[in-house]
Amino acid sequence: MDLTYTEEEEAFRAGLRAWLSRALPQLPPKPDPLDWPGRRAYDTAWQRMLYDAGYAGLHWPEAAGGRGATPTQHLIYLEETEKAGAPYVGANFVGLLHAGPTIAAEGTPGQRARWLPPVLRGDEIWCQGFSEPDAGSDLAALRTRAVRDGDDYVVTGSKIWTSHAEVADWCELLVRTDPDAPKHRGITWLALPMDAPGITVRPLRTLAGSAEFAEVFLDEVRVPVANRVGAENDGWRVTMVTLSFERGTAFVGEVVACRRTLAALAKTAKANGSWDDSAVRRQLGLLNAEFTALWRLTQWNVSEAQRGGGVPGVGGSVFKLRYSHARQELFDTAARVLGPDALDLDRDLTLDRLSSLSYTIAAGTSQIQRNIVAERILGLPKGR
Amino acid sequence: MDFQLTSEQRALQAGMRELLAARFDREALRAAVERPGLDRALWRALGEAGFFALRLPEDEGGVGLGLPEAVLLFEEAGRALLPGPLVATHLAAGAVKGAASGETVVTRVDGGLVSWLAEADHVQGDAAGATPLRSVDPLTPLHRIPGTRTAEPPEAVLLTAAEQLGSAARTTQMAVQHARERTQFGQPVGSFQAVKHLCADMLVRTEVARVAVYAAAVTGDAREIAGAKLLADEAAVRGARDCLQVHGGMGFTWEADVHLHLKRAWVRAEQWQSAERACELLAAAL
Ligand SMILES: Cc1cc2nc3c(=O)[nH]c(=O)nc-3n(C[C@H](O)[C@H](O)[C@H](O)COP(=O)(O)OP(=O)(O)OC[C@H]3O[C@@H](n4cnc5c(N)ncnc54)[C@H](O)[C@@H]3O)c2cc1C
Repeated sequence: MDLTYTEEEEAFRAGLRAWLSRALPQLPPKPDPLDWPGRRAYDTAWQRMLYDAGYAGLHWPEAAGGRGATPTQHLIYLEETEKAGAPYVGANFVGLLHAGPTIAAEGTPGQRARWLPPVLRGDEIWCQGFSEPDAGSDLAALRTRAVRDGDDYVVTGSKIWTSHAEVADWCELLVRTDPDAPKHRGITWLALPMDAPGITVRPLRTLAGSAEFAEVFLDEVRVPVANRVGAENDGWRVTMVTLSFERGTAFVGEVVACRRTLAALAKTAKANGSWDDSAVRRQLGLLNAEFTALWRLTQWNVSEAQRGGGVPGVGGSVFKLRYSHARQELFDTAARVLGPDALDLDRDLTLDRLSSLSYTIAAGTSQIQRNIVAERILGLPKGR
Repeated sequence: MDFQLTSEQRALQAGMRELLAARFDREALRAAVERPGLDRALWRALGEAGFFALRLPEDEGGVGLGLPEAVLLFEEAGRALLPGPLVATHLAAGAVKGAASGETVVTRVDGGLVSWLAEADHVQGDAAGATPLRSVDPLTPLHRIPGTRTAEPPEAVLLTAAEQLGSAARTTQMAVQHARERTQFGQPVGSFQAVKHLCADMLVRTEVARVAVYAAAVTGDAREIAGAKLLADEAAVRGARDCLQVHGGMGFTWEADVHLHLKRAWVRAEQWQSAERACELLAAAL
């Protein structure tokens, strides 16, 4: 068990820090959180800077245009960029963490050449069209139909909760190509250009007041067969490659940020007197233990991936279950410390508290994660 | 960075598990419950295996290993519910004659409590005015000591946390096994989500405690150790409670081992840094 970093790893960290200190002052001003086109421009400008410096697609294989970095280097990258206050992956999320890796793993050479470089350069952004009104946790129940017509699929149906749909260029879309097959075997993965005729995007307002996700209606949208990644009806397997990425290192930067939030919260508590309440103080102490352990769990999972050299596995479910709960506890505790100020929408912590409510739902609810842990790790029988 | 067990550490862990399977299996555990007392032969066997001398330098007759190896051994001890003042004797190796070899059983005053006072050959700390209490744990005799709590040695806190971790891992395993085997309504009770989710949460708490304990052993940092104890206490106590629940009526019996895990976990949670003290320490570090 070794928690120290090797000389190469430290050299990588030093190089990254040096670059960050030069690059961050050149960022354009932060856009208003409600200005989605502005946020897209900001996020992609950052991605372009990473690209020019050779940090884009760090964890992608070299064959896909990435740098083939080790899981530990990726961890260092996520830790250092967060500590330096660099922007989040933001609108580039799906391209870099879902669609891109899927295309890298399952696409043809032509598909990789078409779609991967623009993701790395920040030229194009992707959204994820998986969930439907009647297919959430039971994703395989999706019904959006794709019917073959010559060299095209004709797609009709609707998607929901599609993050960044309004500003995306592409959508990784799951469609049903064989309605008669068992539900997991009739699904196909398509790259949908978001400017195709027949697409209507209707923004949905979240409880935090912003329009970060949308409904996407598809009315006889023609998608070239050439945009299919993987075989027809093999989309479920192709998708599982993507989801396992989602549950991997996606929260590293956030854990670092939560630890900083906690330290700031202790300061506030000392200043406003709530520190003298032993219940509040001890809760802050407990959260200190919690987020330290979550950081160690990240290092444990990354080391495991590094040894296995593979895709982060179901261990990510253990992390997600604990982390999403801890994050909500953190902001609930913040509210205890802030008192009436926690009701003020002009405080960042209030918005963070609101957005933390999605963590036990998005990317597989906590109940679904518990099913995964119980069935795939503990080997308990599948329920009905 | 390589935060995973080395092959040597795995071998050490497996060796300890084998030793305990041979010398302190379930039958021995249940026999000990009926006839409480310290098994001196077992204590010497632990000494011979290097359990107490593990962290003593080799030129002082020790094994020359560190805290990371020690937590692996204490985790196994916790899993098997091995009784006795293991932590105190381990800490006394090198300082009290015969502790390292297992000839001398050492106990140590911990705040208002001391365990195994009547059986120990040597007592560290001031046990004046000790009065026995009828211990909730049949395998941990306890005395109350008047006076205030003193600061705990961080190693004692960490090794106790490692025992809690072992117990949490064991109760998770017991619950899962029972949930697979016991059928009701024509199916294993483990196929019911309410049961399944209890088991999943037990595993999550155990694995979080595991990385906390292992990392604290590597860094030796007192605050990280406090966090590890806090999380391991929770994993052990709640793990035993949920395991009891999964066992149904059987879980409430003397015959099932679940209550032994729960009672020991309660004792350990009170020993060597309570949750309140750990939380205060961790808050002060912010
Ligand atoms: C902020 C946010 C962003 C999102 N972004 C995207 C996106 O970009 N693209 C996309 O495709 N999707 C996205 N989603 C959708 C998300 O993946 C789904 O909301 C999620 O999978 C749950 O599906 P659902 O909303 O239909 O809830 P349901 O599946 O209807 O669940 C309702 C309740 O029932 C429980 N439940 C359901 N099935 C089971 C079961 N088998 N066992 C136990 N309990 C069960 C759930 O845990 C939940 O409590 C996003 C969601 C949020 C909140």
